[in-house]
Amino acid sequence: MSTTTAVDPTKTSSLRSGRRFGDAIFSALSHSAGIVILLVLIGVTFFLFWGAKDALVADGSEVRGGAGLIAYIGPLIFGTLLSSIIALLIAVPLSIGIALFISHYAPRRLASGLGYVVDLLAAVPSIIFGLWGMQIAGSAVPSFEFLNEYLGFIPLFSGTVTTTGRTMLMIGIVLAIMILPIMTAVNREVFLQTPRLHEEASLALGATRWEMIRQTVIPFGKSGVVSGAMLGLGRALGETMAVAIILSASGGGYSWELLSANTPGTIAGDIALNFPESFGVERSTLFVSGLALFVVTFLVNMFARWIISRRSEFSGAN
Amino acid sequence: MTATTHDDVQAVGRLEKPVRWAILAGSAIAAIALLAALGALNPLSVVIVGSLIYCTVLYVAARAVEGARHATDRLVTGVVTTAFLLAMVPLISVIWTIVSKGLDRLDVEFFTFSMRGVGSGDIGGAYHAIIGTILTTGIATLISVPIGLFAAIYLVEYGNKGVLARGLTFFVDVMTGIPSIVAGLFAIGFFTMMLGDVAYQAGIVGAVALSVLMIPTVVRSSEEMLRLVPNELREASYALGVSKWLTIAKVVLPTAIAGLATGITLAIARVMGETAPLLITMGASRAVNFNPFEGSMSALPLFAYSSYANPGTNKEDSLAAAWTAALVLMALVMILNIVARLISKFFAPKTGR
Repeated sequence: MSTTTAVDPTKTSSLRSGRRFGDAIFSALSHSAGIVILLVLIGVTFFLFWGAKDALVADGSEVRGGAGLIAYIGPLIFGTLLSSIIALLIAVPLSIGIALFISHYAPRRLASGLGYVVDLLAAVPSIIFGLWGMQIAGSAVPSFEFLNEYLGFIPLFSGTVTTTGRTMLMIGIVLAIMILPIMTAVNREVFLQTPRLHEEASLALGATRWEMIRQTVIPFGKSGVVSGAMLGLGRALGETMAVAIILSASGGGYSWELLSANTPGTIAGDIALNFPESFGVERSTLFVSGLALFVVTFLVNMFARWIISRRSEFSGAN
Repeated sequence: MTATTHDDVQAVGRLEKPVRWAILAGSAIAAIALLAALGALNPLSVVIVGSLIYCTVLYVAARAVEGARHATDRLVTGVVTTAFLLAMVPLISVIWTIVSKGLDRLDVEFFTFSMRGVGSGDIGGAYHAIIGTILTTGIATLISVPIGLFAAIYLVEYGNKGVLARGLTFFVDVMTGIPSIVAGLFAIGFFTMMLGDVAYQAGIVGAVALSVLMIPTVVRSSEEMLRLVPNELREASYALGVSKWLTIAKVVLPTAIAGLATGITLAIARVMGETAPLLITMGASRAVNFNPFEGSMSALPLFAYSSYANPGTNKEDSLAAAWTAALVLMALVMILNIVARLISKFFAPKTGR
């Protein structure tokens, strides 16, 4: 991002000054649009720091919660990671299955239509998933009780099951549904890029359809699946409204119990719920947690994009 | 590409289609009967239990008749199809819940009244929220489209894979993953610093937050569309002595216009449903506000949230209004999605020779 105002050398000899003027304007406009975008990204970091500075220098007793930044943000980061990891554990196998179904199993004529249906799922606003999750949370309680009764020896499913159904597991499930479309889209894309010759060679050697997929599609698409999962993780980490609606009350500290009412909140949900009513250092504390969220998602997304770009460099060999 | 013929290779016997359908029907009936007896009959449990029975029976039968390899193949087919059906259950459930609950309040009052001064007796409407959504999304579009489009033009026409171009591509990709709430915090920090007013709440703050989310989507889709324009068209134009900017404005952009419009429409649909950045930037107003630069504002998703979270005195009506707002929002998003598809279908780029 250093060279900025270089004029196109091929145009400098142009005779008509009006044309050169138009070219200069257009070139400047598009260069500055690119620079503006980079500035916005820098600006996001800067203004988050700027908003967070009061809480960063303040005494531990002044920030939200009154016990220091770590004590306040720690459980929130824990809750954010926990809910996103549950979502990822549910969504990864499902999205691979759906993507394989669309790319290799569904009848050709149906496939593109099915892909469109999955894309529609991606278009549903998050507030709608939140309201829906809140609505169905109650009806999930019997299954939660079932899990608690028969798998209660696992710490995750122990504790007292809350009667509202608004639990960490519910959040994980709703988040999983919300990140399914993007992960499915990435997986479907890489599965479809599997070289046709590899697939046909495998089939010609007498492989069944599953053996063909295991020998050609999965090895080829592995890195794509990883990056799709990372993109999904980024989404789940930053998801706000669904969490804010379903977990309207939180503050459970570091609790592993997925089914009890004693749940930690998530960073994004916490900001959305508390920002409008907080001022001064309290508000600044929320900027700090926003900054933490930004850094985490930024790293996750960078990792995902890095895998994708590394993959595209080598895929020419196939 | 994967015809069914490979099933015949080396097969000792073969499970014919009617047999497989019979197993499927049998498992479905068994699942429904079992779940009805347990009192847990719902679509999700039928899909799960039914496919569990179907996969098991099919695997055992195929192993006996066709051998282990084909049995595994059949099992995976069943599992993959189940995964797809499982994903369809929430989609249908979401649409069903929103439509059935939202239809109650889908009346004229909902579209013509605001919530100003609504007490225990009246129910009010979402007119102010619809105005707010149009204004904020409109301003966000006005900010994002020029920046996004010119950045895409830079990447395709001027970038030449330089440092700036490669960095821009990478960071635009990363930017698509910025959590929406962080975009809201950025907008607040920006306006607080610029104006020195901590309590500044206005539509423009929300619009700036939305454009942070919208710009990367516009850049990505526009870049893709501009790259689809064949180079021959550009070269033909240069050969006629047309300058670079006129080539872009008169040849490249018109050729790609349908794709650009599709991408922008999808980007609008995406930010229209954003709630979190608006929640912390605009302060859900209950009255109509046409001025995006002063005073708090509402928007449809915000209205849905605040009707749910702060229902006031008549809870029932407020919750019903939240569902209707969600329904209207979803309808708008779906309509925009369909419009986008139609644009790309009927005004497809004229790239043919």
